[in-house]
Amino acid sequence: MLRYATRRVLSALPIAFIAVTVCFFILRAAPGGPFDSDRPLPPEVLANVRAYYNLDQPLFMQYLLYIGGVLRGDLGPSMSSYDFSVSELMAIGMPFSLQLGLTAFVIATAIGVITGMIAAVYKNKWPDYMLVLVVMIGVIVPNFLIGALLQLWFGVYLRWLPAGGWVPGSWAHLVLPVAVLSWAHAARISRLMRGSMIETLGTNYVRTARSKGLGERLVLARHAIKPALIPVVSYLGPGLSYLLTGSLVVEQIFGLPGIGRYFIQAALNRDYGMVLGTTLFYMLLIIALNLIVDLVYAWLDPKVRYR
Amino acid sequence: MSDYVLSIQDLSVTFALHDTEVQAVREMNFDLRAGETLAVVGESGSGKSQAFLGIMGLLAKNGRATGKAVLGDVNLLGMAPSRLDAYRGKDIAMIFQDPMTSLNPSLKIKTQLSEVLVKHRGFDTRKAEMTTIEMLERVGIPEPAKRANAYPHEMSGGMRQRVMIAMALLCQPKILIADEPTTALDVTVQAQMLDLFKTLTEDFGTSLVMITHDLGVVAGVADRMMVMYGGRAVEKGKVDDLFYDPRHPYTLGLLHSTPHIAHRAARLDPIQGLPPSLEHLPKGCSFNPRCAFCFDRCLEERPPLTPVGDEREKACFFEGPLQSKKVA
Ligand SMILES: Nc1ncnc2c1ncn2[C@@H]1O[C@H](COP(=O)(O)OP(=O)(O)OP(=O)(O)O)[C@@H](O)[C@H]1O
Ligand code: SF4
Ligand SMILES: [Mg+2]
Repeated sequence: MLRYATRRVLSALPIAFIAVTVCFFILRAAPGGPFDSDRPLPPEVLANVRAYYNLDQPLFMQYLLYIGGVLRGDLGPSMSSYDFSVSELMAIGMPFSLQLGLTAFVIATAIGVITGMIAAVYKNKWPDYMLVLVVMIGVIVPNFLIGALLQLWFGVYLRWLPAGGWVPGSWAHLVLPVAVLSWAHAARISRLMRGSMIETLGTNYVRTARSKGLGERLVLARHAIKPALIPVVSYLGPGLSYLLTGSLVVEQIFGLPGIGRYFIQAALNRDYGMVLGTTLFYMLLIIALNLIVDLVYAWLDPKVRYR
Repeated sequence: MSDYVLSIQDLSVTFALHDTEVQAVREMNFDLRAGETLAVVGESGSGKSQAFLGIMGLLAKNGRATGKAVLGDVNLLGMAPSRLDAYRGKDIAMIFQDPMTSLNPSLKIKTQLSEVLVKHRGFDTRKAEMTTIEMLERVGIPEPAKRANAYPHEMSGGMRQRVMIAMALLCQPKILIADEPTTALDVTVQAQMLDLFKTLTEDFGTSLVMITHDLGVVAGVADRMMVMYGGRAVEKGKVDDLFYDPRHPYTLGLLHSTPHIAHRAARLDPIQGLPPSLEHLPKGCSFNPRCAFCFDRCLEERPPLTPVGDEREKACFFEGPLQSKKVA
């Protein structure tokens, strides 16, 4: 198992490198630059600024300088928030974003798995139909629309919860953002879990378990859940990427102090350093979480370990 | 009555489809004696598996079993699953057609076996695992303590079927139902497996129901046999009687189409035609489209199962000797 883990970590590093490289050049290919604004800077100032950010160097040189910095742990200065380095901005916004994203991820995964199981066990009975409806809404309606509707209904009309904004330590301000963020993820997990659980409940080995007189509860808990989780777990990696990137938008909708605010600003202003730094960070995070997912996967499906 | 461990009365199995129903098993009756082996034979689709899945409460969601299955002094049919669980795996166990998919791929062998003892015997995990290893040794698995920690995919089909046998016999059940336990295995392994069934069921005094479409298997292990056609039993009796003097044309056809047994026929002679569709059974005798002995009465009436001699029954109107005429 340990060897399997090491192998997975080592094989993830080249992927990270390639991804950063691709991001770097795609970003530069986009039209515009960080200092194109309505009122252009005087030429000599612009030259100084460009030199400061290495933008006067040939593109490939810039790339080498950037990679060199990253390897030393330096993500460079921000090109739109002049007084801050990229690392400083991330240190301000990231803890909140991660907390929000991971909270939503854990809650959504748990809800998805449990509701999927219930729907499978009560297949074609009313709990199943109810869940299918809720799941459909989550899958079809985009984040920002669900967000706006929930803000209107619970925040403005019913006034049960704050419609947006942030008060440190207030969980009430987190309820709606987490709900919006979780919904789509929970819906997909639930649908996957329902399908895979129904399939598992029809397998020969579940029939064998029943034939042993174990009782339905033990049959479900020991014989059905583990195999049924396999396709769900393999979706968790991509699912988490959706969720974390979705979080950037949701933060913006609800006016939350996460990295989303800086990131969207940075993307609009062509703040290369900030966009790359954030992307790199999320990528490493997603790679790490995917690794955890893979290990769980190997635990669920013994056959994987021997490949 | 008391020397019967299982008594099946008027067992029918029905499946609900979108707008109709199909009856896979119709009014089946038989008694199983302590320690005997009963073979259930018939072509694919004749209802062999569904009859016994019905008894075990393991039918698909759209299936329903009616009639009685009396085990000791309780009727298993129509019992709530939670009550049935007191008997399944303990007094009556089943081994399934496909050993490759019948074990849980995500659990170790010892987990899948010892849980039976924990549930029905109240053993703690340690004792259950020790008993499990002893049982694995008994069914001929080499290095049982090591194999107990393996996952199913690390074993061959033959080994898995041995594991299934060990699992079914852990509680020394009164009845073991084996549904084509050797069909999926190599011919060389088949013979070993049948020996294993014979020895173990004798040792434990377990009655064996051997479901098969291979009369070669029947000849090797069974005391009595029941031949099924289109969901019904068409002939029942001692194996020797049915082999040497079949009274139903379908039994005769089966014998003539089995290698080794068809020695009296000049060559192998498969039964003509196809097994019937359960939704459109022919009027009269279900076998009539394929029967060489069919006469006008067979087209109008369904022959009931009637006693013919010592512990024998057949469902056929034809009274003359079958041997004289070639099967269609
Ligand atoms: N869930 C179901 N719904 C409808 N019909 C079913 C269902 N399960 C089984 N049947 C029907 O029941 C009939 C009897 O099937 P069964 O499995 O008992 O055959 P069998 O005698 O065991 O054959 P085989 O030798 O192929 O195992 C088949 O014709 C099958 O189509
Ligand atoms: S009843 Fe008639 S058709 Fe049926 S098996 Fe006997 S002879 Fe053949
Ligand atoms: Mg079958």
